[in-house]
Amino acid sequence: MDLATLLPFLVNVIAGGLVLGFVYAIIALGYTMVYGVLQLINFAHSEVFVTGAVVGFEVFRVLTPSPMNGYLKLLIALLAAMVISGLLNVLIERLAYRPLRNAPKLVPLITAIGVSLVLQDVLRLIEGFQGRFDLTYTLPEGFSGKFCGEGSSCVALGNALRTIGLDLQLKDVILIVVSLLSLAVLNYLVNRTRLGKAIRAVAQDRVTAGLMGIDSNRMISATFLIGGALGGISGVLFGLKFGTVNAYSGFDPGIIAFTAAVLGGIGSIPGAVLGGLTLGVIQNLIGVTNIFGGLLGIANLESIDASYQRIGAFIVLVLILIFKPTGLLGKSNVEKV
Amino acid sequence: MKSTALSLSVLAALALGSASAQTTVKIATLSPLSGGQSDLGTQIRNGAQLAVNEYKAQFQKLGMNLQLVAYDDQADPATGTAQARKIAADRSILAVVGTLNSGVAIPSSQALVSSRVAMVSPANTANNVTDRALSNMNRIVARDDAQGPAGANFLTDNLKAKRVYLLNDKTAYGEGLTKEVEKALKAKSVQVVGNEGTEEKSDFSSIIAKIRLQRPDAIYFGGIYNQIGVFIKQLREAGITTPVMGGDGMDSSELATIAGRGATNIYFTTVAAPIDALPAAKTFAANFQKTFKDQAQGFAAFGYDAAKVVLQGILAAHKANGNKVPSRTQVESAIRKGTFTGLLSGNVSFNSVGDRRSATLYVMNVQGGKYQLSARLPVRPARQ
Repeated sequence: MDLATLLPFLVNVIAGGLVLGFVYAIIALGYTMVYGVLQLINFAHSEVFVTGAVVGFEVFRVLTPSPMNGYLKLLIALLAAMVISGLLNVLIERLAYRPLRNAPKLVPLITAIGVSLVLQDVLRLIEGFQGRFDLTYTLPEGFSGKFCGEGSSCVALGNALRTIGLDLQLKDVILIVVSLLSLAVLNYLVNRTRLGKAIRAVAQDRVTAGLMGIDSNRMISATFLIGGALGGISGVLFGLKFGTVNAYSGFDPGIIAFTAAVLGGIGSIPGAVLGGLTLGVIQNLIGVTNIFGGLLGIANLESIDASYQRIGAFIVLVLILIFKPTGLLGKSNVEKV
Repeated sequence: MKSTALSLSVLAALALGSASAQTTVKIATLSPLSGGQSDLGTQIRNGAQLAVNEYKAQFQKLGMNLQLVAYDDQADPATGTAQARKIAADRSILAVVGTLNSGVAIPSSQALVSSRVAMVSPANTANNVTDRALSNMNRIVARDDAQGPAGANFLTDNLKAKRVYLLNDKTAYGEGLTKEVEKALKAKSVQVVGNEGTEEKSDFSSIIAKIRLQRPDAIYFGGIYNQIGVFIKQLREAGITTPVMGGDGMDSSELATIAGRGATNIYFTTVAAPIDALPAAKTFAANFQKTFKDQAQGFAAFGYDAAKVVLQGILAAHKANGNKVPSRTQVESAIRKGTFTGLLSGNVSFNSVGDRRSATLYVMNVQGGKYQLSARLPVRPARQ
């Protein structure tokens, strides 16, 4: 195989990894936001994210017969998912974490896992009542088509991209745009607004922030609302990208996004994004290692195939934690005595 | 003294009773009647019930009052085994139609073997169901190790594939099945351009990139419909129209729902034929609809066939026993040795371990979300 076939292949694999990485990144933001403020790993976040995906499914299902513009349907789905997942996350915090705020750290962690299991079965029950298990997204016409494919005004651009192997679908591009937009909004919210300042103050020192007149409970609720809304967005994007979701779909992407948050340095927003993208690309590259093993004639590499994708991600995590325990962009906490 | 008198009178009453009435002869069904798989299990029970209704008069003439008793195994090995013990304890049950799940059939047949209760399975495919060579366990469907070669033959003969990409779901089922396919493909010197396992349920982008690079003529995926459906959806969205084939794990209407617009150019082998693929099934289906107010599916037909094997076995044993009600042992050997006719899926006879000598695998084809029968492949167990 020559370079002319391999280069587009490699570009394609990396592009696929980046698209996947954006889904992980937005989920990872949900973990990182909550951790940043409460030092709590919200394991129920994977179900908050699935709830968003389920809401997105319901919106698309209800709106399928309407002649409404496809982008408008997506917008409604995103908003509905943001609201419901955000409120759900606030509710979880109120019921499951706030009463345990002063308990030893292990206790809310266990509660989080419990909440996650309960939510899985509640979702299963709700959809099961209507005889559904695997929820299949019916996307608007054209979303699954090629980006700049036949008949669009940018065929030339599409063809140019395809010659270098960048064979994107319209929904991949939508996914990247929505992810970048939500990142920009989040960044503005956290760094440029009074709310963001208050949240950061609570994250830094809850007691002192309280003395300065910040209602830390309200700020924590706000953090959960934002984190949940991000979970809702990522759920809809997940459904958009992969087409189906069920009540138990959250576990795998949830655990990888959590890994991404740790890899990037948990508590750091750019770190979560970097971690997500890194893991997405690494996963896809490990998935095709056997092709290069075959080309280079290295028999050991030939046996590394798609079944090692996940393990690869975790090996990278372990290496990072050995050599840079705070993660890629994390700052170490200096304990003042 | 009083109790002796009482038991004497009971005995007398029993003796009188049996002199005037007929002997009750029962067959049992063992299948999931509750839980997630109860739909399929009920089909088996109802199919067997139709066969019993058909034979009732004939048994009546020979002085036997034929009845069917349905046992619920909940698709659970432990429950199935407990039910099997109850069956063993009811001396009037001569044989069993069941089960749906291989995992239930294996311990249940073990529990029944010492009391010589014959089982005829309408559905189990695992090799180990008959590889243990129990005297009581028989089946009327093809084995798993027939499915792999049958799939491979279909790939080469019907789809004319020269280069095949193999995938599996890393479970005992998917990996085992794909291994059989690979063996058969290599024997036909077909090039296997990729062979990998994946537990991934949502993102197949790296595998699809490799498939695009390798340009196989066909893809074989050993696994279950919910994973393969997502894979096919993404494969088709990436613009790859290569045929995808798999085993009976794909036999679900959900496959087409999940794959959506991609549900085209898909093939899978299955043991339970669609009712309209069985030539004799028209009256059966109408009868089933009338009796149970429900559409007959493949497993109903196989439940019916398995019950007919059992009933014809009892009749043969009755004849061999000098027109007296046969023992369980006699029924067991009559089933293993007999030839059974007038069945929906063709004539049945068993080899020494209880595999059907010549079974049929059906290849289904999904085009535009519609399922249709594409081929029937006669298969034979390794031992005759």
